Amino acid sequence: MSPFTKLMAVATIEFRVALRNRWLILATGVMTLFSLALTFSGAGGLELKAGILTLAAASLATLSVYLIPLIALLISYDSIAGEVERGTMALVLATPISRGVLLAGKALGLIAVLAIAIAASLTISSGAAIFAYGMDMSGLAAIVRLGLTGLLLGAVFVAIGMMISVASPRAGQAAAVAIGVWLVATVLYDLALLAGILADKDGVFTKTLFPYFVVANPGDAFRIFNLAGLENAAPVSGLDGIANTLPFSATYALAGLFAWLVAALAAGYFQIRRLTP
Amino acid sequence: MTAGTPILQIEGVGVTFADLKALQDVSFDVAPGEKLALLGHNGAGKSTLFKCVLGFLKPAAGRITVAGDAPGSDHARRSVSYLPEQVAFPRMLTGIEIITYFAKLKSVDPKEALPLLDLVGLSQAGRRRVGDYSKGMRQRLGLAQALIGKPDLLLLDEPTSGLDPVSRREFYEIIDRVAQEGAAVLLSSHALTEVEGHVDRIAILSKGRLVADGNIKALAEAAQLPITIRIKAREGQADALHDRFGGTRVNGRSVELSCEPGAKIDLVSRLTERREEIDDIDIALPSLDDIYRFYSNRAEKGDAA
Repeated sequence: MSPFTKLMAVATIEFRVALRNRWLILATGVMTLFSLALTFSGAGGLELKAGILTLAAASLATLSVYLIPLIALLISYDSIAGEVERGTMALVLATPISRGVLLAGKALGLIAVLAIAIAASLTISSGAAIFAYGMDMSGLAAIVRLGLTGLLLGAVFVAIGMMISVASPRAGQAAAVAIGVWLVATVLYDLALLAGILADKDGVFTKTLFPYFVVANPGDAFRIFNLAGLENAAPVSGLDGIANTLPFSATYALAGLFAWLVAALAAGYFQIRRLTP
Repeated sequence: MTAGTPILQIEGVGVTFADLKALQDVSFDVAPGEKLALLGHNGAGKSTLFKCVLGFLKPAAGRITVAGDAPGSDHARRSVSYLPEQVAFPRMLTGIEIITYFAKLKSVDPKEALPLLDLVGLSQAGRRRVGDYSKGMRQRLGLAQALIGKPDLLLLDEPTSGLDPVSRREFYEIIDRVAQEGAAVLLSSHALTEVEGHVDRIAILSKGRLVADGNIKALAEAAQLPITIRIKAREGQADALHDRFGGTRVNGRSVELSCEPGAKIDLVSRLTERREEIDDIDIALPSLDDIYRFYSNRAEKGDAA
């Protein structure tokens, strides 16, 4: 059987296990609740210059930065370390499957979980908004862009979660590292950047380096790319102000996300080759 | 591959963890159709050796070939099937899903692999989740998994621990059949009594060293373990027998003697000369556990010297 058949076999099993462990329903439920809440809370202060979906896209871009990486790490931290710990990995590694295919297949299965959760939550919340307030074409485009880049963001953190999982001898340790990574990537990194700006008013850091530091963080890159796409249609604050004054095309932010995905998968592959179950 | 060429060759293998010598200079072969039991206490190095054969661990010394290739290579992994001690599968999957999955991983059509569930007696349970299986059922599923694609070498790590006697017998019947079809079987166990009658050859590992390799009969003879003869004396004759033959008095009326295997006939004929004093004679050959203990302990004493 071709490597592709094996890849799909691994992905299918990983997806099925996530489904039966209720991860899919949990992820979809949480994301639907949040997107509905944000979509309709934005509608309260609806101004004429921006449609409801545009405003929703702006708030969702800000929230997804926390939620998508969290869910992605939660479904992936256990995928290797947990199997090693429960003793199911030795059997799989004894079969003639390449470890790279195994890693990629597992990542694919988990990314499929995220894809369904993101697509379902955005379809439900946007559908409800269109039903209540009417169509908003440019807003809908923003939502689709949000969904696709959100999936890319999720894929990056699935890859990071799997890298952590491969490198951890125990699932518990992988969970602790994953939470730490989430905290740094989504909260502490931005705080550090803000502190840098305050300390270095109008210096080299603020004037030149700052935008690059922002898009180097996958969560920030995702948010900046989406907010830049809204072209001032929605109010932004804090770090996100940079979205409108980027010294380079916002597409580079997207390139940063792809670079993270490739790097995390490569690091995971490097580690899984040395894994002893 | 020509007939008689060993499917598994282990030559002078050594593995060291930090300052622990897990395996030292271990060598043996397993030929197609042969069933070899690898015996040893917990920590003797059985699982470490299996991990080397699977390619999970690289030995620091020596060489292993599986079907002529290096362990862990694609060809070696196609040739070997593994059943770990305490086999585990994702709890949320059914037996059918597990077999289908492993068939795909081994490049075998799942339609050919699924009848294995019947072979191990799990056809009724195929649609149930593994989380609801008993330990014995999981072990059977593990065996079915290991048989997918007719492997050349079966590597079974303590396969019957936790199985009830009936399941154990069925298990060995399947192993016999697979070996008759030409597969080499290497299974590990911690008790000689468990594998007696089920394997062609045994190898004993003790503290990482191979201390015995051969069939049980030859090993028992080579061990030269003493034979125990228990004489039940007639009323009032025990003291006289004890004075004449020595040994130890037990239970008031009996005397226990022990002798070298070669001296057995001689001693028995001397006993029959005194048959008017003797009520009954029991001859106990060394048990399998005695033989196993002999080889294991000999190695440990050698270590201390």
